[in-house]
Amino acid sequence: MEIWYKFCELLPFSWLEYDFIKNALLAILIMTPLLGLVSTMIVTGKMSFFSDALGHSAFTGIAIGCICGISSPTWVAVAFSVVFALLFSFVRNRSAHTADTLIGVFSSTAVALGIFIATFGGKSFTKYNEYLIGDILSVTPSQIGILALVLVLVVVFWVIFNNRMTLTATYPQLASSRGIHTGLMHTVFTTVIAVIVTLAISWIGLLILNSLLVLPGASARNIAKNQKQYHLLSVLFALFAGIVGLILSCGLGASAGASICLVLAFVFALTFCFRRAAR
Amino acid sequence: MNVGSHGGICGHSCCLRIQNLGVTIGNDSILKDVTMHIHCGELVALIGPNGAGKSTLLKAILGQIAHEGTISFSVPGQRNRKVKIGYVPQSPTFDPGDPITVCDLFACCMSKRPAFLGVGKKMRAKVLQCLGRVQAEGLIDKRMGNLSGGELQRVLLALALEPLPNVLILDEPLSGVDVEGMTALMDMLDEVRVNYDLSILMTTHNFDMLKRYANQVVLINHTVLCDGTADDVLSGKEFAQVFHRTGEAI
Repeated sequence: MEIWYKFCELLPFSWLEYDFIKNALLAILIMTPLLGLVSTMIVTGKMSFFSDALGHSAFTGIAIGCICGISSPTWVAVAFSVVFALLFSFVRNRSAHTADTLIGVFSSTAVALGIFIATFGGKSFTKYNEYLIGDILSVTPSQIGILALVLVLVVVFWVIFNNRMTLTATYPQLASSRGIHTGLMHTVFTTVIAVIVTLAISWIGLLILNSLLVLPGASARNIAKNQKQYHLLSVLFALFAGIVGLILSCGLGASAGASICLVLAFVFALTFCFRRAAR
Repeated sequence: MNVGSHGGICGHSCCLRIQNLGVTIGNDSILKDVTMHIHCGELVALIGPNGAGKSTLLKAILGQIAHEGTISFSVPGQRNRKVKIGYVPQSPTFDPGDPITVCDLFACCMSKRPAFLGVGKKMRAKVLQCLGRVQAEGLIDKRMGNLSGGELQRVLLALALEPLPNVLILDEPLSGVDVEGMTALMDMLDEVRVNYDLSILMTTHNFDMLKRYANQVVLINHTVLCDGTADDVLSGKEFAQVFHRTGEAI
């Protein structure tokens, strides 16, 4: 971290004066490419509603962790989200219902359970507000280490499984005829999203996290011609929005997560206008 | 005309043998006692009304669902060899907005290098070679969602031919293809069949093409009702009974 702090001091930016902002910038430089990468598959696989539901289940996990008296409820939330994702995949593979109906069932149940546990016995909901809005400025160096580890693991996973996941998402019948276990692919990918969503929730916030999982991919999809452009643009848009959003939030005193989301929404609007010219 | 004419012995040394195949899902018997032989270099058309079990039979051959009975493949000098199957699934729909090109799709199927890192020169040359088999080199950079019905079937056919299979299975390849496209696609299948001595099994509701292209036609409705040449099957009483009774247009 010392190297990073010294590097930041060399930069001619007055807003990088404090260590907590330097931490936040580093976290954004790691987290936004991660979200941009995963976003491509969420959009292609039509899973944006599902990733939103995972955010809700993460909140329930945090509430369970808190009531059990665990000091760092994030890990309970990760475990709960993974169980939620696996349970969803299990029911989806054995049900005649469409995915959006099942997501509605799981999402509302998770939120209801979370609020029930959080307010059980007349307790106040206020302490959970931080998970709704999120605060990137509260990220600690050890948490940045975990984020970096997750980024490396997801990139390795992406390199190995991307072709199979793309086939599964775009053309499942062809994928299974070529020996790809589509059910397993789907389950593994939902587990990966569950871990990322849960880790990101305390810094980005439940209410707007899903926009970071959908907008980079959706914006890139507006103008990309092939898979290479799609991934590259999605990661770049997420990175750009992360940095510009942090600068805006420092200058204007607004929430960083919300600022990042608004920059991404602007990027989406811009790419939407140029979508025909790009093809 | 033959009715259940295939026993366990077949004069052809190169043959995919399906013996007494049955599929039961829950309490429903979808297929029962299906026996048929598909010889190398022959195009076999599988016909039958909707819900007759055509797609289920293809899935059983592909090993995608559990079944009773046996499926074996033999070539001269080798019995019960593992069969390589190329498969073109039914009416795929690609989202026009998905940024996945024909080249990306081939790379996803054939290469270990992730498609998002871009397609290398060697792989691109290989994709062009595959597309060349169906005269579709010009489609390499087109998005999958922007292909016409006929173009899509040609691209998927090229994909199914790599690696070169022993048996090529196509599920309703003519649906969603215009009349000109149908003739072009069937001519192409005929060429592939002759050039590579392939066995081709396809399901279809388009009976006009059968006389010209099919070496054998098999009529099924949960079991094999009859098989033989297109003339024999289409003029048979089983065919008339099945399609007139269910009220389907011929």
